[in-house]
Amino acid sequence: MRLRFVLTEILHGFRRNASMIGAVILVTFVSLTAVGAALMMQIQVDRIKGAWYDRVEVSIYLCPQDAQDQGNCSGGAVSDDQQRAIKDRLQSAELAQYVEEVFDQSGQSVFEEYQERFGGSYISNEVTAEAFGPVIHVKLKDPDMFAVVTDAVGTMPGVLQAVDQSDLFDQLFDLLSKVRLAALAVAGVLGLAAILLIATTIRLSALSRQRETGIMRLVGASNLFIQLPFMLEGAVAALLGSVLAVGTLWSVSEFWLSKWVEENFAVVMGSVNPYDAIAVAPWLVIAAVVLAGVSSALTLRRFTRV
Amino acid sequence: MAGPGYAGWAQHYERNELSGYSVITFENVTKIYARGARPALDGVSLEILRGQFCFLVGASGSGKSTLLALVLREEHITSGRAFVLGQDIAEMPQRRIPRFRRQIGSVFQDFRLLEGKTVFENVAFAMQVIGRPRHAIMRTVPDVLELVGLAGKEKRTPHELSGGEQQRVAIARAVVNRPQILLADEPTGNLDPRTSEGIMAVLERVNQTGTTVVMATHDVGLVDQAQHRVVELVEGQIVRDEAFGYYGGGL
Repeated sequence: MRLRFVLTEILHGFRRNASMIGAVILVTFVSLTAVGAALMMQIQVDRIKGAWYDRVEVSIYLCPQDAQDQGNCSGGAVSDDQQRAIKDRLQSAELAQYVEEVFDQSGQSVFEEYQERFGGSYISNEVTAEAFGPVIHVKLKDPDMFAVVTDAVGTMPGVLQAVDQSDLFDQLFDLLSKVRLAALAVAGVLGLAAILLIATTIRLSALSRQRETGIMRLVGASNLFIQLPFMLEGAVAALLGSVLAVGTLWSVSEFWLSKWVEENFAVVMGSVNPYDAIAVAPWLVIAAVVLAGVSSALTLRRFTRV
Repeated sequence: MAGPGYAGWAQHYERNELSGYSVITFENVTKIYARGARPALDGVSLEILRGQFCFLVGASGSGKSTLLALVLREEHITSGRAFVLGQDIAEMPQRRIPRFRRQIGSVFQDFRLLEGKTVFENVAFAMQVIGRPRHAIMRTVPDVLELVGLAGKEKRTPHELSGGEQQRVAIARAVVNRPQILLADEPTGNLDPRTSEGIMAVLERVNQTGTTVVMATHDVGLVDQAQHRVVELVEGQIVRDEAFGYYGGGL
């Protein structure tokens, strides 16, 4: 009886306030879509990091023949002794906790790789094998600890330059995190709008039902019983908004984004998984409930006076 | 139950052992709405016993409605002590108020019915919102409609009823939860004399079921005819309290 009564009251409220309820649904929908997009971006960044950091390494470029004026190359091309000293240093007990694997690549092989990639272009004809020194590749246990490695060997004789490849990705991640921040800012503003809208809706609904609530109060209905229909009205609207948001995020990533990314950015971005939308769904639903809860608390406190 | 409220009630219980139990006790109660304003009630002491029918008479603004609002705990008393149904209403915490009000029914001049609901639904509403089960509602509402003389009109909506009938619905709603006290604030204020008599008869019937009735009214004819207790207020003070009184006083 109680449940049915409360449900009928909510339906009444929906019919009476249809346009306001529609506005609440749309605003929570857009705001939660922005929140969800930010969360999915975070998941994507984490995934790319995971995939790339496995492959990312520190590359220590050793001196080629004609680079006397760069790096620590005043002694000309790197000697075998120097190269061995650098390798020993990298494999020393001191660095063992950071370094997972060390392997050499000869200057000739680097040159071949270069030619494979840029061969045929005008500039590649000018470049000779002499321009390439050997490279020592270092795979790190923790990609964030690259500075320890570059500091340790960067100034040793025979080193042209120690390059941390993750620098390249950091630029990408930097961009992504800026986009994410923007999405969160939009979500914040819209979230505030949603709270105000829900509060207004509840107030309107309460005004139009003043006679009912007045009688409820007179005959001794509990505060919870009087307020529940209003609270649920806001909560149901917000929940509908969150369901729309999850649906949108899912279909956009399923039908459009995944294809688009695969065609254009597959190398860097990997693939977009539509199920990320399902993963963020619980958070969006929680956010919707919080939105509705905050606005109910704001509004109802004022007319809980018995 | 603990606290001063209970102690106060116990005292009254003793004092009134012979004359019946007091359901409403005011001791020197003053109510001032705004600081510096003239008191709406000014040092009122009053005792209404279980089962009594008590008229409150007096000009508009004499404090009748304020007195009823205090009994219902819609307003706080400013000073003095007040007990309703054994509870100190000045000390009553907010969360106790709903349960307290289930023991008090209220009727107003403007009926306050819900236009979208039928007669039956209007009365049932008072039971639904305090969580009474469906079978209790189905059993009780027809009985109460019978008591107020509306049997057979369950499916009408308020605008299909006359003023008198609407007030009967309001009375049915007020008593459907079997309150111990019925507060009626000028229940016949909008009705013609004949219809008023009908309403008065309904209130008498409610009173005969054991419910204490407190009725604020301007209706001279009703008061003079009924021969009940009359309490007259002037500017917030009780100027007259007679066991079998008339509207105009001792004559």
